[in-house]
Amino acid sequence: MAGVLVFCEVKDGKIKKASREALSIGRKLAESAGGDLVAIANDKSVAEEAGRYGAKKLFAAGVTQYSTEAWTSAIKQACDEVKPVVLLFGGTSNGRDLAPRVAARLDAGVASDVDQLSWNDGKLRARRPVYSGKAFATVDVTGTPAIATTRPNAFPAEEAGGAAAEVADVNASMDSKAKLLETKAPEAGELTIAEADIIVSGGRGLKEAQNFSLIKDLAHAIGGAVGASRATVDAGWIDHQHQVGQTGRVVSPNLYIAAGISGAIQHLAGMSSSKHIIAINKDPEAPIFRVADLGVVGDLFTVLPALTEEVKKAKAHH
Amino acid sequence: MEILVCVKRVPDSAENEISVSSDGRDIKREDLVYSVNEWDNYAVEEAIQIVEREGGNVTVVSIGDAGAEEIVRREMAMGANQGVLITDPAFEGSDGLGTAKVLKAAANRAKYDLILTGAQADDGAGQVGGMLAALLDWPYASLVNRIERKDDATLRIGREIEGGNQEINDIDTPCVLSIQTGINEPRYVGIRGIRKVASLEVPVLDSAALGVNDAGAAAAKVRRVDYFVPELGAGAEMLEGSTEELADKVVGLLKAKGAIK
Repeated sequence: MAGVLVFCEVKDGKIKKASREALSIGRKLAESAGGDLVAIANDKSVAEEAGRYGAKKLFAAGVTQYSTEAWTSAIKQACDEVKPVVLLFGGTSNGRDLAPRVAARLDAGVASDVDQLSWNDGKLRARRPVYSGKAFATVDVTGTPAIATTRPNAFPAEEAGGAAAEVADVNASMDSKAKLLETKAPEAGELTIAEADIIVSGGRGLKEAQNFSLIKDLAHAIGGAVGASRATVDAGWIDHQHQVGQTGRVVSPNLYIAAGISGAIQHLAGMSSSKHIIAINKDPEAPIFRVADLGVVGDLFTVLPALTEEVKKAKAHH
Repeated sequence: MEILVCVKRVPDSAENEISVSSDGRDIKREDLVYSVNEWDNYAVEEAIQIVEREGGNVTVVSIGDAGAEEIVRREMAMGANQGVLITDPAFEGSDGLGTAKVLKAAANRAKYDLILTGAQADDGAGQVGGMLAALLDWPYASLVNRIERKDDATLRIGREIEGGNQEINDIDTPCVLSIQTGINEPRYVGIRGIRKVASLEVPVLDSAALGVNDAGAAAAKVRRVDYFVPELGAGAEMLEGSTEELADKVVGLLKAKGAIK
């Protein structure tokens, strides 16, 4: 009984970033807890990449289309075989979907959306946001395996330069009572806030729905996702999935640009763990400046277009 | 459809500043304003709309103390046909799996076609729905933002996934779905509605009635060590100058941080 198993999602032949992050922290946990880092993915094509992140073994489950039930059966088989002390999922919507079902099958505990993990005295210790990110809780997960879902961007994805992982098969039961029919894409170029590296967010300072184009223009120019404050979502200016803060997700991108957002407490709670924060607001007393690294007191209607232009120019130079 | 909706009473995070008690073991709860977990409210609205279309009943269940009864009654005022309160000190300190075990026992007291939960609650874990489905051996889908009927035994549902994508799935009933906010517009509940349901009976169940003895703090595999509240930063470095100068400085910073490569 040893080692760490990581569920890896693959997109376009590569391991998704959230999974690579989980592999990276998984490798560190395996070093403290003892045993190997083992990955499970849909097929063996990512054995080399998994190896670079330190995985010694890769279970190929052959689950081509996401299915909670099929993946649960595959992961349970892998667990029965390697008996990991820790089981990690990148905190994507599928990772978060799957972890609880696997946990119930294995009679195990799950720490969700964690941003710190350590192996402590035979237990998995995790830090996780609670109350919409207004507070953090430290939790211990006992029992075997101890399960966690990792918050996107919280753990750096670091290659360890290992050889290709040895491939083994697991036979997932494909007998599923739920069937994926199709995935509907949003407007072209839209990124999700949950996993985004850069988020450009707009608030009530935009004054009306159509002005969200200023936010979208900058987001597209810079290659970031569009975020929004609750007030703008409640006003119907933009979809729920863009909301940062209370009912939206707690985000921690590397860069967060807030324009026309005064910074209601639930919004601050939802984004203050971003690595770098730039705030643009005409009110110098706006609470958003308390959490920002860089503040621009100014009119977003002139600052945003100017910034978008400068970003485009700067990108064109490279 | 016979629908069970699991609801939780939580501190309303829009209304409250959260602070931690002096021993760090809990948050200060004395002055908190509580309400129904926002996601759960969308789940109840969705259940009511399904029953309005197809017939059937909506039952609301909550685990908690007398305060949770208020939440159950609020959701009955909204249109749920009946409510059940589960109260037992033995269940305090349950982790997600413990809570799911208690709800499974409650679900097995009747024959439900569909169980809805909110996608997550105040502790942001979002795991009870998936665990409940696993314990019942029912199919499960999370982050559901659309529910339609396909045929007698199947629902067609949408899931909100990354990239702003929506996954469309067919899922057999009975099943468990966790509901994402924005799936509908929950109706308003007025004082009059609350008064109307004030005299209705809300049965109270405990561990003996449910036959559950493996939930609560002792059985929990996830245990809280402490809480803390992050410090707000020292404040921003404020930029000044013309619009062009401001844009220039910000772009300089974006380059420095690797946002523009």
